[in-house]
Amino acid sequence: MDRRMKLILTIVSLLVFILLLWLAENYMDPFIKRIMNVAAIYVILGVSLNLINGFTGQFSLGHAGFMALGAYASALLYMSPALKATNFFIEPLIWPLSEIQIPFFFALLVGGAIAAVAGFAVGAPCLRVGGDYLAIVTYGFAEIIRVILNNLQNITNGPLGLKGLPTYTNLYWSWGWALFTIFFIKKLVDSSYGRALKSIREDEVAAEAMGVNLFKHKTLAFVIGAFFAGIGGGLLGSLLMTIDPNSFNISLTFQIVMIVLLGGLGSITGSVVMGVSIAFLMEFLRFVESPMTVFGLTIPGISGMRMLIFALILVITVIFFRRGLFGQKEFSWDWIFRSKRRNAE
Amino acid sequence: MSPDVFLQHLVNGISLGFIFGLIAIGYTLVYGVVKLVNFAHGDVFMMATFFVFYGFTLFMMPWWLAVIFGVAVTILLGVGIERVAYRPLRDAPRISSLCAAIGMSFLIQNIAVVVFGGRQKSFYVPPSLTTTFVIGGVRIQAITIATIVVSVIVLLLLTFLIKRTKMGLAMRALSVDFDTAKLMGINVNRTIAFTFAIGSALAALSAILWALRYPQIWPFMGVFPGWRAFTAAIIGGIGSIVGALFGGFMLGMVTILLVAFFPEAAGYRDAIIFVLLVVILLVKPTGLFGEKKSR
Repeated sequence: MDRRMKLILTIVSLLVFILLLWLAENYMDPFIKRIMNVAAIYVILGVSLNLINGFTGQFSLGHAGFMALGAYASALLYMSPALKATNFFIEPLIWPLSEIQIPFFFALLVGGAIAAVAGFAVGAPCLRVGGDYLAIVTYGFAEIIRVILNNLQNITNGPLGLKGLPTYTNLYWSWGWALFTIFFIKKLVDSSYGRALKSIREDEVAAEAMGVNLFKHKTLAFVIGAFFAGIGGGLLGSLLMTIDPNSFNISLTFQIVMIVLLGGLGSITGSVVMGVSIAFLMEFLRFVESPMTVFGLTIPGISGMRMLIFALILVITVIFFRRGLFGQKEFSWDWIFRSKRRNAE
Repeated sequence: MSPDVFLQHLVNGISLGFIFGLIAIGYTLVYGVVKLVNFAHGDVFMMATFFVFYGFTLFMMPWWLAVIFGVAVTILLGVGIERVAYRPLRDAPRISSLCAAIGMSFLIQNIAVVVFGGRQKSFYVPPSLTTTFVIGGVRIQAITIATIVVSVIVLLLLTFLIKRTKMGLAMRALSVDFDTAKLMGINVNRTIAFTFAIGSALAALSAILWALRYPQIWPFMGVFPGWRAFTAAIIGGIGSIVGALFGGFMLGMVTILLVAFFPEAAGYRDAIIFVLLVVILLVKPTGLFGEKKSR
């Protein structure tokens, strides 16, 4: 199969996908649309965390923190001054922020940029130590962001959070960003930078000996991962219409880590497939939390059952199927057609 | 601030420091032997309070029996986690066991939410521990003194165990050189299980002391003490017991004195601890008492 054929296939499938998105946006019921939006956001978050954890091999647990920064920064920029005034009734919002309103797209970008700066600030000092320490430091970082958001009453409205955010997020925004994230990170991973990142994952000392600048490449992965996490957080905030510091807790990071681990550390395809699957499973597994009758026995609904199921799946995957669903393999047209030919024979 | 009040805060800080120190030793022991950050340690800590709680309320045990029951079940839990999640991955890449540890932490929290419910429960505090003594103008709660006494006894026992028994020798040997120790005929599985047992016992004891101090228990209560204690272990130098204790003291003091002197900054105490951690990692990545890594 030659390159032109593949390119045509890619473009055709993209067009089909956009057509499906248009159909979904116009004819689908709001419940399914909402799940599809969440799925796109999970894809953004999963793929961006995979860049740090999977391709660079630096185990970060800070995604919820970057998301929180992106969500708050963008929300404070796209909310109208009147809406801000009604939200901040305990202590007014500090001056320049209370008057500013910029379009959603630019607000998202600023949110992403602030998350990226935080990614640099937390990544740069800690990448020198690496390994398990990095996991614990980034984990701490995410919790600290939560603490700070809870305490900065005159900027973040403290534990009350921001309510009544305008719903800008729709399927075009969410999937548009998701496609861009996939495209960008795929291109990055296949570039010389990507090779450097993977070499760091495989053997840091060897990579350094071959002339890979460890500091530069690790911070690069961190900054880009954090940027997309910030974008994802901004989209999520506008989708949920309400954000508060405590919704960006460690459970959220666990969900993203779960997407990456189940999909396969180092497989963008895996993160995309698992991101979408988990968004849908989260909704459709709700039945386990409602009361049900099995063989005449009535089991009362237990909240938290869904997360328990996911946690079990995660642990079993990590212990028995260490490589996840896709390992480090990626989707490609060759792969599809080869397996088809094999089936035909 | 009068000297009396200062002394009072100091005693409080010391007792909180002992609690952090005991949790931190649990992290440090496990890290020293298997080179794994036991993310689930904070959740083992949380489970211990629930075991004591249910021993007391559900099985109607007297409180001292409930404590023994709680510690025993927590030890089983800790050893069980090692057996189920960490042992199969011992020869796998480090990142796999790290994932397993994170997964276990996630799993235990969610089991606790489902089984015990997400709402806070009040932990029983024996009335004898809530009395307040006044010694020369310094008001000290009985629990503060009990914490210090229990911690000192536990630390003496631990020192004896590690320095004077064969099992302690095996633990030290494994932490110095895993492979050589194996060749010398040390039963690796048994020694590691024993290390987890001690770590869990320490977690259980510190959890009980913690719950007596702050008598609200819930499934996510282990997250912050666990994180702070791990920070203490890193600050002191991971792998070093003295270091863990010192780090625990430092955090206990910072926490208490910050609330005492700058009440308006109290909300930021974890942020300050975080900055402290980052600075220590930058200046001295092996911690204050840590040995130099040979690279």
